[in-house]
Amino acid sequence: MKYYSVKNERTQLLNYLWDFQKEKGYISDSDIRALSKELGISRIEIEGVISFYHFFKRKPVGKYTIYLNNSMISEIKGFRKIKKALEKETGAVFGGTDPTGTFSLFETSCIGLSDQEPAALINFRPFTGLTPEKIKKIISHLKSGGNIDKIKDEVKDFVRYKNDKGEPVIFGEYKEGEAVLNTVKKRPDEIIAEIKESGLSGRGGAFFPTGLKWEFAKRNGSLQKYIICNADEGEPGTFKDRVLLNQIPGLVLEGMITAGYAIGATKGIIYLRAEYFFLKEKIKQTINRFYEIGLLGQNILGKNFDFDIEVMSGAGAYVCGEETSLIESLEGKRGGPRTKVYFPVEKGYLEKPTVVNNVETFTAVARIMEKGSDFFGKKGTDKTKGTKLLSISGDCKKPGIYEIEWGITVKEMLDLCEASDVNYIQFSGPSGTVLTEKDFNRKICGEDLICGGSIMIFNSKRDVFDILTNFSNFFIAESCGLCTPCRAGNYLIGKRLEKIKNGEATFEEIEELKSWAKVLRDTSRCGLGKTSTNFIVDTVNKFPELFKKKALKEKEFNLEAALNDYYDYVKNN
Amino acid sequence: MDPRTVKIKIDGKEFDAIEGQSLIEAAKNNGFYIPTLCHFKEIYPPLGTCRVCTVNINGKPDTACTRKVFDGMNVEVNTPEVLDNRKAIVEMLFAEGNHYCPACAKSGDCELQRKGYEMGISSSRFPHLFEERPRDFKDDRIFLEHNRCILCKRCVHEVKTNNGENVFYFQNRGHNMRVGMDYEKAKELTDEQVLDAAKLCPVGAIIAKGKCTAKPFGDRKFDIDKQIKWIPSEDLKLDIPKDGKKKIVATTSLAGCFGCHMSLLDIDLGILDILELVEFNKSPLTDIKNFTKQCDIGIIEGGVANSENFEVLKEFRKKCKIVVALGECSVWGGMPAMRNTLPLKDCLEEAYLNSISSENDEKVIPYHEDIPKLLNKVYAVSDIIKIDYFIPGCPPNADHIWKAVKNILFGAGEKVAYEEFKYD
Repeated sequence: MKYYSVKNERTQLLNYLWDFQKEKGYISDSDIRALSKELGISRIEIEGVISFYHFFKRKPVGKYTIYLNNSMISEIKGFRKIKKALEKETGAVFGGTDPTGTFSLFETSCIGLSDQEPAALINFRPFTGLTPEKIKKIISHLKSGGNIDKIKDEVKDFVRYKNDKGEPVIFGEYKEGEAVLNTVKKRPDEIIAEIKESGLSGRGGAFFPTGLKWEFAKRNGSLQKYIICNADEGEPGTFKDRVLLNQIPGLVLEGMITAGYAIGATKGIIYLRAEYFFLKEKIKQTINRFYEIGLLGQNILGKNFDFDIEVMSGAGAYVCGEETSLIESLEGKRGGPRTKVYFPVEKGYLEKPTVVNNVETFTAVARIMEKGSDFFGKKGTDKTKGTKLLSISGDCKKPGIYEIEWGITVKEMLDLCEASDVNYIQFSGPSGTVLTEKDFNRKICGEDLICGGSIMIFNSKRDVFDILTNFSNFFIAESCGLCTPCRAGNYLIGKRLEKIKNGEATFEEIEELKSWAKVLRDTSRCGLGKTSTNFIVDTVNKFPELFKKKALKEKEFNLEAALNDYYDYVKNN
Repeated sequence: MDPRTVKIKIDGKEFDAIEGQSLIEAAKNNGFYIPTLCHFKEIYPPLGTCRVCTVNINGKPDTACTRKVFDGMNVEVNTPEVLDNRKAIVEMLFAEGNHYCPACAKSGDCELQRKGYEMGISSSRFPHLFEERPRDFKDDRIFLEHNRCILCKRCVHEVKTNNGENVFYFQNRGHNMRVGMDYEKAKELTDEQVLDAAKLCPVGAIIAKGKCTAKPFGDRKFDIDKQIKWIPSEDLKLDIPKDGKKKIVATTSLAGCFGCHMSLLDIDLGILDILELVEFNKSPLTDIKNFTKQCDIGIIEGGVANSENFEVLKEFRKKCKIVVALGECSVWGGMPAMRNTLPLKDCLEEAYLNSISSENDEKVIPYHEDIPKLLNKVYAVSDIIKIDYFIPGCPPNADHIWKAVKNILFGAGEKVAYEEFKYD
């Protein structure tokens, strides 16, 4: 237990658990006993933390654990075939391990590789563009004792568009250290004024004005403050932060350093989703180089300013993208959202003022420091300044990252990624909006269609009910369970969707979903529950004919099906 | 420095409150009631799990337990929209767990049940899930009944050993989340602390073995609580000509215990008055086995457990203008639905093969073409046909039945008194 020298041991709980998990593939009773004794917390509490996270296991797993992405994009790219191939080649069944104890198979929520699906993580190494043939090769290589690192895929970054009609903000040329140099030349209040002037708002999807958030944190007199980089992008279909952290990790660090300087924080933490383990080494290397060249550490660039950054790993929970859940997770707890009695800028990580910003926000901050607020603020629309990264996937010729200027139309976006047959767009992720042809002339910006970044395109051959089922299953799997409407509501809605899909629901029962959705929207504890039914309401409203066709005229009860259990039993006995 | 007084508005009325106070406290201090479930005292951070105290604050929905009062706070507590949101949450909890009130030690002391009364819930808009939630008997002194747990977090937050370690903690997440117990830590609790934990639980999920049934039914906390007098009645506007003719009523008992019919007879001498107004057709009360004419109202006791129940129910829908679900079994399955969480096979084997009352030479599963066939589970009548009106209760109070039927038949529009609404 190498972390035991660290203060605030409880905050290291996830690290300890990862050590055990990586060492032998699961966390044993004796591990838990040891931790319980060492940390002075009860075993049940530690088990509660373990069972919250998808990637922690309490039972032994195979030498290779395979997590296959089950997102909708994966489904349209061949998920079912890959699943079958994996079961055939490994001899394991999903959710279990093969008899030789070599392979364990699990499904997992979107792993941020939607531009190269179907994709899986094998011992957290990425494997992309899977086909049954490729699976055969991978498994036989591993079976014969081959090195996994020899056959893992290098994740490709398809940056397709860099605001070519104007000029790029994020994907422009990067000069290491320039943003920090410009930062420390100014006073913290000048930095905040500049960020405010630029009009930058939170790129994670909530679009809270960044400068204002920083100002709240700066005003707080606490001696200890924190900067957290939210690299837990879990919204199905998004992968922009993955590309940023792989392409320009330095820019992200510089944004964090700027934020620390502006609000008076000396410590930064990158909360990296476990799905992105393969990026961790590169980020760490960049951090180390920053220390070497004096961009991190004490007296940065000769100024009286200290700042450190470390990387912490999540363990598989979409809800940890919500900032207060993320903070709970960093403190070594179950990643449930806090009640908003205080905002993180008042009481955040370890009850200290904390600024949580998204990866993309930090890159934009660094660009503003490099090139001035005008450079950023002149781009975009009145309400949304600058550019936005879109992660486009699904039925289009060119899936990848698009840096667009706010204000382009949906049609322009579809032309860029060469999508021709478009029936259904899941805009801004499953928690966002559903778009159809009628929306093609709408503008992507704060005045019309705000977008966190995930764009999933589905053509007319895709069954809309498959899409609904997939998204619904996602929210059921990822609800933290703390509040009634999200925990029970999403599950009940899932049951109703199943009924509708099977043609067993009346039109009233379909319409009823809208009022159920309203309850979740109004009463859920965090954004997950509040937005988890948007796609259902949108789809019912935008595809009325589809639902009319599925609807029963009046209530029907399938007596035969309800009697099957009885007849089966008496027949067999 | 003295705490600052701020002005807040609740449902249009202005009140003074102390800055920093929670909205729940401020409302209470001003005699204004906001329903709560997970909230049991002021703690930081507030639990904020059940969401039952959802109100509108300056036009936006939020929970009263997690918000502090501020100057100019404008709160709506009793608009139809907010009332419905809160009701929906309580209905969700009833649908999510397995709440068999008549078989629960906490009945009458249960805060979830009380919310049901208060809000006038006659049936849940959400179909009951009936999922198996295994009980935890392992501990010597504490019985964890997961069927009833509403995951409010009270025990997780409050029940600690003297060293401050958790005895209870949430396990898993989402729909699979349950409260787990640390048996070693539980040993460190005193008997008094165990009893306190059971009392702290708003429902009957934490039971101190052998100590939770001290008070008899009828004398428990909410049995004697008359604070809320009237339950808003559901309006059912039916177009029945007021021609002075006697209304025709049919009744039946499906998978029930006939208790609802007994309660109906409790109308007592009033039944003679009823006979002036109505005529009974098919009913166990008249022993008329088959419908002889179209009826105005059909009253169904019991849920649907077998093929015969199903046929009778379908017949009622055909022959009756209005169909009323009477009592818990009819409304959502009730006690017979306790088998719904188990496979039918297990139920049959337990009842006919393995039970201590089955003789060795009589071990046989009944099967004949003439006897009704068991369905895979017990269904609410509303799963099968359209139901016009629900009368909850186990059994429903006689006055309540009479008022409801009168209301439906003659549009009398009477409200139901709180004590008439009990469903335990």
